[in-house]
Amino acid sequence: MNEKYLPLAATIAVFLALFLIGGFLYKNFLSTLVLGDILADNAFIIIAAIGTTFVILSGGIDLSIGSMIGFVGVVMANLDVVGWHPLISGGLMLGFGLLFGALQGLIIDFCEIQPFIVTLAGLFLLRGSCFMVNLDSVPIRHPFVAWFAGLSIPLPGEGELRSSAIVMLVALAVAIVIAHFTRFGANVYAIGGDRVSAALMGVPMRRTTVAIYALGGVYSALGGVIYALYTSSGYPLAGTGNELTAIASVVLGGTLLTGGVGMVAGTLFGGMILGLIATLIDFNGSLNGAWIMISGGILLFLFIVMQRSLVGSFKLRDTT
Amino acid sequence: MTARIEMIGVSKEFPAVRALERVNFRVASGEVHALMGENGAGKSTLIKIMTGALGSDEGEIRLDGRPVEISSPGHARALGIGAVYQEVNLVPTMSVTKNLTLGRQPRRFGLISWREARDRACEKLERLKVDIDVERPLGSYSVAVQQLIAIARALEDDTRVLVLDEPTASLDANETELLFQVVRDLKHRGLAIVFITHFIDQVYEISDRISVLRNGRLVGAGATADLPRLKLISLMLGRELKRTEERLAAAPGASEGPVVLSAEGLGKRRTMAPFDLSLRAGEVVGLSGLLGSGRTEVAKLIFGATRPDSGHLEVSGERMTAHSPRQSLRRGMAFCPEDRKAEGILAELTVRENIILALQTKMGWLRLLRQNEQEKLAEEMIRALGIATPDADKPVGQLSGGNQQKVMLARALVSDPRILILDEPTRGIDVGAHAEIVSLIRKLSAEGLALLVASSELDELIAVSDRIAVLRDRRKVGEIARNDITRENIIGTIASARS
Repeated sequence: MNEKYLPLAATIAVFLALFLIGGFLYKNFLSTLVLGDILADNAFIIIAAIGTTFVILSGGIDLSIGSMIGFVGVVMANLDVVGWHPLISGGLMLGFGLLFGALQGLIIDFCEIQPFIVTLAGLFLLRGSCFMVNLDSVPIRHPFVAWFAGLSIPLPGEGELRSSAIVMLVALAVAIVIAHFTRFGANVYAIGGDRVSAALMGVPMRRTTVAIYALGGVYSALGGVIYALYTSSGYPLAGTGNELTAIASVVLGGTLLTGGVGMVAGTLFGGMILGLIATLIDFNGSLNGAWIMISGGILLFLFIVMQRSLVGSFKLRDTT
Repeated sequence: MTARIEMIGVSKEFPAVRALERVNFRVASGEVHALMGENGAGKSTLIKIMTGALGSDEGEIRLDGRPVEISSPGHARALGIGAVYQEVNLVPTMSVTKNLTLGRQPRRFGLISWREARDRACEKLERLKVDIDVERPLGSYSVAVQQLIAIARALEDDTRVLVLDEPTASLDANETELLFQVVRDLKHRGLAIVFITHFIDQVYEISDRISVLRNGRLVGAGATADLPRLKLISLMLGRELKRTEERLAAAPGASEGPVVLSAEGLGKRRTMAPFDLSLRAGEVVGLSGLLGSGRTEVAKLIFGATRPDSGHLEVSGERMTAHSPRQSLRRGMAFCPEDRKAEGILAELTVRENIILALQTKMGWLRLLRQNEQEKLAEEMIRALGIATPDADKPVGQLSGGNQQKVMLARALVSDPRILILDEPTRGIDVGAHAEIVSLIRKLSAEGLALLVASSELDELIAVSDRIAVLRDRRKVGEIARNDITRENIIGTIASARS
């Protein structure tokens, strides 16, 4: 097998192993019902993480995701109050995400500032804006929300693929095509693999950087739209810390934090692993919720160590 | 013959330095044109302008007689100007196919057709007679193969000009020959090839014409056959050449100094077979051998950059326990690694910071050097080694290769070591700086320093060494004492082990 599939294979293996452990420990765990729930519950974070995958593949980072999710919800809820259709306000927010991301990308490239700082500023800016709009949770009452929540495709067994999961899978499919079958996608890998070489090989650096963060912005805004519809509300604290969950999903999905190596599909499984851990601990019932984060943390450590050993295989051979 | 590419009156000014001054440069179709010059002569600047990485302040570029404005590397490529650099500028994490087709992937309905891309990649490599698995990551191949892949990438069907910037710097003789076959083949196909190298022999082997730059001016140009070596080198240096090939007189009694370092059975599995080696104060021991014979490995094992798994090492009679660079530094060792960019200097830090680094490590971080002490030390070193920099606060990355090497030396010397290990101290630097470093090595040993010098250049080792340890296939195969050091003896020792 080509070594580039190794991290993805490892992620899928961990996912399957966790799923089987769940099935071994608890009755009814190994079912499409549980699977469908995990997909639906984590759809918004996985969507955001898919966008982040591009950012991380390019060697960058995006910390503004969680705030974007909160901001999108708050704006949608307030537009709902004045009678906007969620689809229209959602579309508007996707446009906002695109522009906001593009702006971040432009600042990163034009001013040559580290993405960490620029998107950290984005994080504060958007979270602050949430509080400017309102401080409480605002419900979204439009009938479309209930209709959207009821939409689903039945799966074999008792489970169903709910609307948020469907949106997530479509978003994933689009992202896979972008990453692996467009020149933009190839440029992202090149920039992440070696910035200087990529520029010398004629990769349009500014255009690509702006597009990467714009794409990340659209995906985190889409995550926010799905989250608002899923919770039928907008809450200014929503999504707090989700940027880190998204980054964890990307890393668990086999993408190197240093860029250049990884696959978009891995992020789905990375996010699902985190969801699966939460579900396992829910099923147990007696374990403290803190274990969700602790086991997530342990897994992250293991993955980073594993990746470290994989990076070795890409190192230039000793020439002396 | 009409010029394929012609640069007329090209000038370029950087802050505080005039890099090029009205340079004319022309390369004809079917010609290998060597561009020569010391570090800082303006070769890189000229090439960058030609390949669109830099703009020129004045002057004109004509391609097949027509004036062109080259605005970016992408534009240069579109015009048929390809370039391959010394550091392989490809992406090691991506597959060979992706590297070869980046930016020009064949598309169907707007999406990349990877099957077609693979075919194209194979086709490109076939032209150069390279047969490898194109799906593997580039980084899994040797530098020589990567270099050929870089050439394959630079070559399009419509490539008219190919720039090779020190392509042979990290290749051994066989690999170089392979590359030259490709170059000759391309020449016969009518390409104009610009070839930059520090190896004078290679210039005479491959080039048809030579242009020489010095301090940003064109100081000579002509057919290779009409330009004898001595003339070429004196053009490059701009002064009478001092012969550096001669043995520099060794200090009498160098081999009688006290033993400061002795390795017994030091080795590491799969890296270097166990070897014995001793080093006396005031003595220069050379490490000689072919590419891949283990020169760097010996240097790193002794310094502790590679941890040995057998044998032991004594420094000034004390047994080394940790085998770590930190311990070695504290025991008075210093090391200048071969790969300046990756392992040596910190390009973003200033000259002063680079020089202070090792000293600070030795002192420990609790006793910080005061700013004025740092400045004083840096100034002293800059003067002592003749580092050409406007001031001590210039980032090292902006200096020329030879000066970067001197900064590395300065860094090693500032901690006042008793043992200095140099791995390829003259790699990638020009003739003038070369001679300065060679005489510097002799001077240091005369001051009582023990030096271990690993080098691929025989003449250099012959010039500086009191004793030479000969390596072959990661094994020490012999030692040559001072009076027996000759080219023939070294080659003989390497060859005799081949049985």
